Amino acid sequence: MAHISDTLTSAAAGRQPVFRFVRVARQRALVLIGGGLLLLLILLALAAPFYAGDPRNIDPFVRLKPPSPEHWFGTDHLGRDVFARAIYGARISLTVGLISALLAAGTGLLIGVVAGYLRKFDNIIMRIMDALMSIPTILLAIALISLTGPGIGILIVAVALPQTPSVTRLVRSVVLSVRERSYVEAAVCGGARLPKVLWRHVLPNTIPPLMVQSAIVCADAIMTEAGLSFLGVGVPPEIPSWGNMIASSRLYLATAPLTIFAPGIFLAVTVLAVNLLGDGLRDLFDPRAKRRR
Amino acid sequence: MLMRVSSEERIIENFREDKTIDNDVLLDVRDLETHFFGEESVTRALGGVSFQVKKGETLGVVGESGCGKSVTALSIMRLLPKMSAKTVGGEVCFHGRNLLDLPEREMRKIRGNKIAMIFQDPMTSLNPVYTVGRQIAEAVEIHSGASRSDALSKAAEMLRLVRIADPERRVNNYPYEMSGGMRQRVMIAMALACSPELLIADEPTTALDVTIQAQILRLIVDLKKRTGTAVMFITHDLGVVAETCQRVIVMYAGRIVEQATVTDLFSRPVHPYTKALMRSVPDRRRGKEHRLPEIPGIVPSLREPIVGCSFAQRCPFATEVCREKSPVLEEYGADHAVACWHAKEVVSA
Amino acid sequence: MAFYLLRRMVSAIAVMAMVGVFVFLLIRLAPGDPAVVLAGPSATEQMVANIREQLGLNDPLPIQFVHWMRDLLGGDFGTSIFSGRLVLDLLAQRLEPTLSLSLLTLALSVTVGVSFGILAAWRAGGLVDRLLLVFSAFGYSVPVFVIGYFLVYLLAIGTGWLPVQGYAPIGDGLSRWFVHLILPTVTLSVPYIAFVARIARASMLEVLTEDYMRTAAAKGASSYAMLFHHALKNAGVPILTVIGLSFAYLIGGVVLTETVYNIPGVGRLVVDAINNRDYPIIQSVLILTSGLYVLINLAVDLAYTLIDPRIRY
Repeated sequence: MAHISDTLTSAAAGRQPVFRFVRVARQRALVLIGGGLLLLLILLALAAPFYAGDPRNIDPFVRLKPPSPEHWFGTDHLGRDVFARAIYGARISLTVGLISALLAAGTGLLIGVVAGYLRKFDNIIMRIMDALMSIPTILLAIALISLTGPGIGILIVAVALPQTPSVTRLVRSVVLSVRERSYVEAAVCGGARLPKVLWRHVLPNTIPPLMVQSAIVCADAIMTEAGLSFLGVGVPPEIPSWGNMIASSRLYLATAPLTIFAPGIFLAVTVLAVNLLGDGLRDLFDPRAKRRR
Repeated sequence: MLMRVSSEERIIENFREDKTIDNDVLLDVRDLETHFFGEESVTRALGGVSFQVKKGETLGVVGESGCGKSVTALSIMRLLPKMSAKTVGGEVCFHGRNLLDLPEREMRKIRGNKIAMIFQDPMTSLNPVYTVGRQIAEAVEIHSGASRSDALSKAAEMLRLVRIADPERRVNNYPYEMSGGMRQRVMIAMALACSPELLIADEPTTALDVTIQAQILRLIVDLKKRTGTAVMFITHDLGVVAETCQRVIVMYAGRIVEQATVTDLFSRPVHPYTKALMRSVPDRRRGKEHRLPEIPGIVPSLREPIVGCSFAQRCPFATEVCREKSPVLEEYGADHAVACWHAKEVVSA
Repeated sequence: MAFYLLRRMVSAIAVMAMVGVFVFLLIRLAPGDPAVVLAGPSATEQMVANIREQLGLNDPLPIQFVHWMRDLLGGDFGTSIFSGRLVLDLLAQRLEPTLSLSLLTLALSVTVGVSFGILAAWRAGGLVDRLLLVFSAFGYSVPVFVIGYFLVYLLAIGTGWLPVQGYAPIGDGLSRWFVHLILPTVTLSVPYIAFVARIARASMLEVLTEDYMRTAAAKGASSYAMLFHHALKNAGVPILTVIGLSFAYLIGGVVLTETVYNIPGVGRLVVDAINNRDYPIIQSVLILTSGLYVLINLAVDLAYTLIDPRIRY
């Protein structure tokens, strides 16, 4: 038995630094892979005019063509270049996704702090948030859009609004737990004014979970935008977006599957990148949660 | 009587020969080694533990927390947490079969049936969503194949045995409807439901109120007498040992340092650690001014292999040899064994 | 118990009232004249005036709200602007496909998701667990409609095994109904299974470390009994809660899945309603789904008492 335990011991001893390295690397890896992928997509989208063709160029002679050196992903039913459209689609999807996420996070932060600090409004605010949460994301967005008709501005609001309650709840719970802590009570007793207390003590505690939540919100926002565009109520059809590309190619699934799968894969990779970034951030901020997950 | 053999193997060989002849031995644990695997380290919770439980006896296992008492029990039952702990060496012979080699399916037939176990905290050891009757009945159903209703009446019978009033009604209670002492009685009823040959009681009274403790202890002693079950009684309380056990094992840092009959151990402790332990038990006769001596130093970390005697750092008798070579358990008088290089001097000191 | 029920009802009613206020104000506070919005772009002056009169839009807001609420509670959800038919009738027509798809998805996702989660938790870090990690990363990142087209391409167009799209009413034969629902159900279940499995895994992991699990093992209980009797019943409350809360999530997926498979359900009705600017339909679906959500979660709360004897309201 002795030799077995000896080998075990030495193996474990040899692995010790490796273990730690692997663990730390894994935490960072998610952030690096997710963030890197997202950055790459953003750069690709920004640089689109330099390497991708015109996404709106209609060419009736090359309809539904398979991939070729001229058209990397083939062409759609109007003879438009699928690759160019997918790349330009990234612009709109990322823009709407990121701006909506920022809007939702900002609004949620504001309302959450108010709910957590001003107990008078807490109950009513949280009931409103419950009400918003009881309506499915897409239906809520549809209801908003149905008032004005499709457009980028209303789309961003419609995507952001259903995401606000989750941020509000999170921020409120952090505020509630922070305000109970003795150093905050001490600051209040010492005569510190409310805005100062919020700025100095509450905000720093809110930032890490808010960043994680923002990533989740961002992934959801990109999905919602794509869903709305797919249903024909999101991005107007003249602007290429992943959702409306898929919608307009529905009938050609059998003949030109790439017209659907190219934007579909871009969409999935983008959401995956944001999700990985979110998971990585959570692991970084709360190492204990990782083991449980 | 003191005989020192140069080679460790020969002593163990001798030991084994002795024991295989002995028909009274129920459980024979040899060189049990259990390790816990952390993310960055290995904890050697048991560093080669050997002892026996004889049929119908009550064996006490004492030592301070973290010395490996519970790990020994869980290793025998093979109930260690799968992901983090593993028994890496030794044997646990029960009826001539090494439990460590049994397939899981066979081991399940032993758990709760031949060897049963009760745990420290009765508040968390019962499943909150089932009635206590069903939880006792489950053991009966598993091992005797009895029907649910037969098992439930057996459960009521067991509740009566552990002296719970109105057992027919109590079987339908949920654990949250019972007090801690009652829950521990339920645990005992569950453990004894299949008339096991060995009952492992892991600190069964530690989490209870002092008055309840005495009741539970008396119950265990009494039931043991009536059923003839051998009991392995794990505790950190020497007083409990004196009241309930015939033989005692003293553990320290994952090893057995002394093993003797209760009367022998209390009248003639040999190992310096045992002696120190005895001195730290409060004694009414010594009065209030008397300050309890504490054992200086701390228990060595089990994350590093221990060279020499594990108690050497805290031992007033320690010499060069103690820090270099690990002492083995040697006979020191009839039914008394000690792992100490300086047993003789310690006794005369 | 009665007190808790009452409190729970009050908060459910409060949430419903909020939804009512929200839906009511949405159209009236939106930029532009609500009557013009409701009438649609091609309406004549006369039509707009009719709508204004019909909805009482000339009254002050609080009075409008009281009237509106009274109609709703009386079961009057209004008439469709596009077809002129009662909204409730339209909804009733579309209910069967939507209900079929939702219930089948729920059944498939909960059975597969919970089992998947249990097995992953049982051997945390093992093969099943890793599989779940990959599957859920996939399920969380690929939108249902992309999954839908992928499955259609693979299993319907590629092999011809299953119908590409459409719905067969249950009255036309059970097997036809079922065959048409296989792909939509699997599609909608992918993200849902990932979701349920993750929750089941997390709550099982927590339960598996409890002392009573060790007691069960010490009794000689089999792995099956340990997982499915001792652990699952304790992990059931959080799993059930999350399934209840995820109802809204399921409905969102239904709308998209119905569009992919051209299923004439409530989801399609809503999508068509946006294109026709048929606001009464949208508002009714909003109110009804959120009402259903509140009811389901109320029911889930009550179901706890069946699982956990310690919970007595």
